[in-house]
Amino acid sequence: MAAPETSPTPSSLRNAFGHVFSFFILILIGVLAFSIRLFSVIKYESVIHEFDPYFNYRVTQFLTKNGIYDFWNWFDDRTWYPLGRVIGGTVYPGLTLTAGTLWWLLNSLNIPLSVETVCVFTAPIFSAFASWATYLLTKEVKGAGAGLTAAALLAMVPSYISRSVAGSYDNEAVAIFALIFTFYLYIKTLNTGSLFYATLNSIAYFYMVCSWGGYTFIINLIPMHVLLCIVTGRYSSRLYIAYAPLVVLGTLLAALVPVVGFNAVMTSEHFASFLVFIIIHVVALVYYIKGILSPRMFKVAVMLVLSVGLVICCTVVAVLIALVASSPTKGWSGRSLSLLDPTYASKYIPIIASVSEHQPPTWPSYFMDLNILAFLVPAGIVACFLPLSDASSFVILYIVTSVYFSGVMVRLMLVLAPAACIMSGIALSGAFDVLTRSLKFQLPGTSEIFASDAVDTGSESVILNKDGAKEDKSEDSVKERPSKKSKKKEKEKEKEKEKEKEKEKENAGTLSSRSHAGTSSRRPLVLPVEASVIAIFLLVLLVAFYVVHCVWAAAEAYSAPSIVLTSQSPDGLHVFDDFREAYAWLSHNTDVDDKVASWWDYGYQTTAMANRTVIVDNNTWNNTHIATVGTAMSSPEKAAWEIFNSLDVKYVLVVFGGLVGYPSDDINKFLWMVRIGGGVFPHIKEPDYLRDGQYRIDSQATPTMLNCLMYKLSYYRFVETDGKGFDRVRRTEIGKKYFKLTHFEEVFTTHHWMVRIYKLKSPRNRIRGKTKKSKSKSSSTISSKSSRTRKKNPWN
Amino acid sequence: MLFNLNSAAMEASGRRPRLLLQICLIFSTLILTFFSPVVRSSSTLDLQILSAERRVDLSSHIIRVSLTLKVENVGTSPASEILLAFSPAQVDHLAWIKAGALVGKKRKKSSLPLDVKPSNILDGPNGTKYYSVFFTSQLGSGESVSLEVLYVLTHSLEPFPVEISQSESQLVYFRDSAVILSPYHIKSQETSFRTPTNKVESFSRVEPTDRSGTELKYGPYEERPSYSYSPVIIHFENNNPFAVVEELVREIEISHWGNLQITDHYKLAHAGARQKGGFSRVEYQSKQPFGGSASFKHLLAELPPRVHSVYYRDDIGNISSSRLRIGAKKSELLIEPRYPLFGGWKATFVIGYGVPVHDYLFESADGSRYLSYSFGCPLAETVVDKLTIKVVLPEGSEDPSAVIPFQVEQRLEKKHSYLDVVGRTVLVLEKKNVVPDHNSPFQVHYKFNPVFMLAEPLMLVLGFFLLFVASIAYLHMDIAIRKS
Repeated sequence: MAAPETSPTPSSLRNAFGHVFSFFILILIGVLAFSIRLFSVIKYESVIHEFDPYFNYRVTQFLTKNGIYDFWNWFDDRTWYPLGRVIGGTVYPGLTLTAGTLWWLLNSLNIPLSVETVCVFTAPIFSAFASWATYLLTKEVKGAGAGLTAAALLAMVPSYISRSVAGSYDNEAVAIFALIFTFYLYIKTLNTGSLFYATLNSIAYFYMVCSWGGYTFIINLIPMHVLLCIVTGRYSSRLYIAYAPLVVLGTLLAALVPVVGFNAVMTSEHFASFLVFIIIHVVALVYYIKGILSPRMFKVAVMLVLSVGLVICCTVVAVLIALVASSPTKGWSGRSLSLLDPTYASKYIPIIASVSEHQPPTWPSYFMDLNILAFLVPAGIVACFLPLSDASSFVILYIVTSVYFSGVMVRLMLVLAPAACIMSGIALSGAFDVLTRSLKFQLPGTSEIFASDAVDTGSESVILNKDGAKEDKSEDSVKERPSKKSKKKEKEKEKEKEKEKEKEKENAGTLSSRSHAGTSSRRPLVLPVEASVIAIFLLVLLVAFYVVHCVWAAAEAYSAPSIVLTSQSPDGLHVFDDFREAYAWLSHNTDVDDKVASWWDYGYQTTAMANRTVIVDNNTWNNTHIATVGTAMSSPEKAAWEIFNSLDVKYVLVVFGGLVGYPSDDINKFLWMVRIGGGVFPHIKEPDYLRDGQYRIDSQATPTMLNCLMYKLSYYRFVETDGKGFDRVRRTEIGKKYFKLTHFEEVFTTHHWMVRIYKLKSPRNRIRGKTKKSKSKSSSTISSKSSRTRKKNPWN
Repeated sequence: MLFNLNSAAMEASGRRPRLLLQICLIFSTLILTFFSPVVRSSSTLDLQILSAERRVDLSSHIIRVSLTLKVENVGTSPASEILLAFSPAQVDHLAWIKAGALVGKKRKKSSLPLDVKPSNILDGPNGTKYYSVFFTSQLGSGESVSLEVLYVLTHSLEPFPVEISQSESQLVYFRDSAVILSPYHIKSQETSFRTPTNKVESFSRVEPTDRSGTELKYGPYEERPSYSYSPVIIHFENNNPFAVVEELVREIEISHWGNLQITDHYKLAHAGARQKGGFSRVEYQSKQPFGGSASFKHLLAELPPRVHSVYYRDDIGNISSSRLRIGAKKSELLIEPRYPLFGGWKATFVIGYGVPVHDYLFESADGSRYLSYSFGCPLAETVVDKLTIKVVLPEGSEDPSAVIPFQVEQRLEKKHSYLDVVGRTVLVLEKKNVVPDHNSPFQVHYKFNPVFMLAEPLMLVLGFFLLFVASIAYLHMDIAIRKS
């Protein structure tokens, strides 16, 4: 990298050309990252996807309408009725502020894009940024060639696409960029020892804290790496500069974010960083003292410090343990605990376990989300070990930890994806490097030039790659003329696997020579021409396969917005737009202050699309409240009516897929409602809803099941559609076909019956004292319930 | 009234020499003195209606009335106008009125359009309001003329019962008079009402009254004095879509680069009998014609030919249920709101499309441009309670003025669109109670210098140029404090 100034003109020209070339490649990678995510807009429409993005969209709308100060103070009374939610203090504001700033900037330039458009395209834009950040990070680790490869891989890795297609307006969309960029700045500081980058690093960390709860990954991974460096004797002042400012500034900045606040110093997730902070200071002190003392004196000092230090450490640890033990969850949040102990959630918190993205992934999902990267990662890890630098050890640590986390929660596959891309980028680029070099070396004419800058790094290698690819074609014509060397080495033709190994060795050799920057005069190992041609061909094929898979994943698997469903039938595309039909109906034909009860999955969408107050939503902060709704859904009609009435609910919304075969409907989620409800209200017992441990809704179903509200609301008058009441999701005829609703009234059902809305009938006139008694009883239980929920601090 | 009109026109046409204003003032005072009530009262009473025939079409919720009059001047002085009288309830719902003089013999009758204006004479008995129809040439003493008057009433059908359940059909009241309200003596007259179906619950009888099929005939009545009135109520079934657009905001954006972008924001409501009880999908789907007879699920919008980039969406995204047929004369867009509309239900949506600008934008002889586009709502058989048309002129255009065949409120606004610096002039036209009969072209004249077309591209070029210059400067400058 440092060569250009001193090297002769042709080389500097090549360098300049290389810079421009890699710049254009980077732009193209950005365009690729952006455009591959537009399948959802082209195939469907420019619309916000799924559940959480609707909430973020709503918050962004509020921000753009009312300004930043109102946003911080926003108490949202349209959700969690009657508790409400302090949005400003409980939301990670990074995404919202980013999109809001983007919108404001565009509008101040008189480009009147709607908030929705900006929100839809935020994720693709930040994917382009993320791939550039990957380039920077990998460049710091293994040079620009690996950087470009990694960036290209990240631009289209399916795992990341699944979270950042246009419309997927979720925290992860900006957080992955922030994550990679923070890592880059850390590595950059580590490599340069510049305080400037250290400060930038804290700011990047601050942005990450603003954006996503996953920032704890950073604040644990970096201390781990620092510790690793110290333990392996790699302590340097650069390490100190990279770490100490980050902890101090980063923690101070993190505490500014309302949702984090004092958690930045009070919860166990952050303790590792403080511990390492102390350790690094002790180590720094030791190195300093070692420098100023003679070896004999130093030994004495070590003894002294060790004895004193141990005492202090013990007291500190004791205080910490006491602090941690005093809090009920040992200072860990439920999600973090389920990370450390994968079985924790399923044992104690059904509400976390009930979310599909918190389940452990299956093996096929690794192949689906990472594809060939899964196989290239080991090669990348090997390449990182040869030689092991501070930066490459960090990347190794990153991949190892993220592999573990992705194994716990399928959602964290997203954190693994950049690491996998970096590793694969390093592996691929190394392989190409060796193969193209051995091609060049044996081609007459080019070898001389090549020998002069065999150890050149940076963008150079890209050109080599590209040149190699070009010469690949000319090679075929040249090959007719048999060169001596190639003939000789034809025997050495090996199988692909063996070659791979050799490649690694080769790779290692070149890399080590590269790290010795020009001082080495060792001739690199050279592979036979045919072997390299075939290897290059196979590698290109492999990458082509990856591209095809990524495009397929982006186009087919991950682009559905989930609020619009489509099915391909012989007579063309059929669109199921029932969700929006129902929300539009609610928003236009009910009173603006009406309360709508539904299972929490639909809370965000109802507030955002229908603009109606909901009882519970996807921000599952209050388990009791959700359990109340779960209990109502699992109770018989009258009891349910009383619960809903006490919550001031006017409409109940259920999602029903039985008519068209939409599998993720409320009947399939019903057991979770029972479980969560039963967790708080013990009179709801799961076995009551199961016949011999089996969940069924046909004639074998238990009477409790057939009489619960969810069953009735889902199947009310369903039998009249086909005369039998055949449920296409459960593939069976329903158990109870003809029944009437006494306390609820159907007010709307969408075209494909996917959403059904019922209205609570107004209470009958009281005739005698009879009904009065039961009513007052129920209301008193509810009030005691809500008072109980108030006591718990919800944002712990 | 006339004076007001003139001044409004003055404002719209912008700054003109003061001389013109004075001339106008003089002219309008002349008109005022010419048509002073004294003159009018003497001329009006001299008229007599020989025969009158009225046909009221009740088949949709927009009521179309056609009135054929044969007028004779029995006075001594020539008459220049004839008055049409409306009851106060009707005048509030009167959306549109047109008059013509019938000329020619029986087979070759043709109608010469005549001017109709709200009259400025005092209200008649019981708050009767007048409209004046001006003859092209004065009606001399003893002469007679045949007139044809068409007018449209909206919101005049009153649902009864007020609330119906899903499967019931909708019954409405219509209140009118069996005899024509007129300030003149009518020698012979008859009125017929046409109902949409045979189902008529009840109707008032004012003999002779006759009902056959969908036709309900009152009259003939002979020698009725002026201002006679005999109220009738007709109670009948009307299941036609009572589609009312409560508010329609139409934005027409002119781009001289070749596109005319039209965006219509609709607030649609079903103004019929309100829905009682719940809505049952199973009933709606299984018993199709009767499952929701008073509801409607689709509407037809008539768009211009060569329309492109049509979209149909609402606040929460695209509405996938629409069909577009593009034809040579007109394009038809069949739209289906997200859900069928029952009485009292509402829906909002946006329809947007582009059309080639050269079809609608022309250059007049004096070098100014004018846009000629259809006024009114493209949805068939709908009433628009409040229509706002915003004509967004290109940046840099001057002197906007509108030419509209009926009275409309006008004002100017500014709008900042893509990369605008000074903003675009927006001419806002507002009209209440608009019916499909208002779909006649209107013109907006303005002056525009084509140089302004290049402003925004040049700005972009300049912006990028500066960016590159800045990056070149940055790369060539050494701003380090200490030389390394």
